[in-house]
Amino acid sequence: MPHDHHDHDTLSPSGHPYRKDDDTALSYWQVLEIAVRELLIEKGHITAVQVHDQINTMDARSPANGAKVVARAWCNPEFKSALLADAAQASRDMGFDIGPMHLIAVENTASVHNVVVCTLCSCYPRNLLGLPPDWYKSRAYRSRTVIEPRKVLSEFGVDIAQDVQVRVHDSTADMRYIVLPAQPALARGLLENELAQWVTRDSMIGVGIPQAPI
Amino acid sequence: MKVRVHNNWPPGHIRTPAYLRGKVGEVERDIGLFNNPEQNAYRLPPQERNLVRVRFTMSEVWGDAAETPDDVIEAEIYAHWLEPA
Repeated sequence: MPHDHHDHDTLSPSGHPYRKDDDTALSYWQVLEIAVRELLIEKGHITAVQVHDQINTMDARSPANGAKVVARAWCNPEFKSALLADAAQASRDMGFDIGPMHLIAVENTASVHNVVVCTLCSCYPRNLLGLPPDWYKSRAYRSRTVIEPRKVLSEFGVDIAQDVQVRVHDSTADMRYIVLPAQPALARGLLENELAQWVTRDSMIGVGIPQAPI
Repeated sequence: MKVRVHNNWPPGHIRTPAYLRGKVGEVERDIGLFNNPEQNAYRLPPQERNLVRVRFTMSEVWGDAAETPDDVIEAEIYAHWLEPA
């Protein structure tokens, strides 16, 4: 039984190990951020409420926004053309507040599979999909995806046939990328809001394929 | 149109990945003018530079070590880093 233990120093009453407090010193950049933020507030340029509103706005963005964009492209050929021509404008036209982000949509087809990475840092279409997963920012993903994309994809459970070209998109500068995954055969004929449930975050990065909702 | 990325190694904030310097690719599309990050990063008055998406084959980038020679990498490269090839 998890509760019949005697390790009261290392396990919580619920039977799980205690997590150590984060008692390390602030980094240089953390100190700088606090100093600049406090000065801006003290001098009346911004308020603490505005800072938290921005944090809440970013936290409210999620892959569900991108899923709605993809589902509409699957249902509406005109919207799909607009998305492939200018994904940022098409997303704004759907009502998403993506700020000044420049977005390119790349389409998976029977002969092409796209995958997105940022080798230089961690560029990600945050203004549409929210914060990136931690692995997207890891050195391993960033370096290996341009060297051995098929091996990386297979570790995500995605095996690409040899007659399909893999296109790796390195977000090196000002553009951000979203993959328009292929609509699964099993998802044909569904309504747009049902289709959005199939679109996973990973399928819009290119390391997954759309999945039937659980 | 075929282009070669300059094989230059200046110091500073450079958005041209090291692994693509000196490599030849095909222009995929022109994206338009953006502030040059090499100046922007240091709060210098930035010049606008044309940004281009270039498609490189894996065999061009990695040679015999390429995982699948005909797979491709596409990246945004500022036009001042490119020359006709």
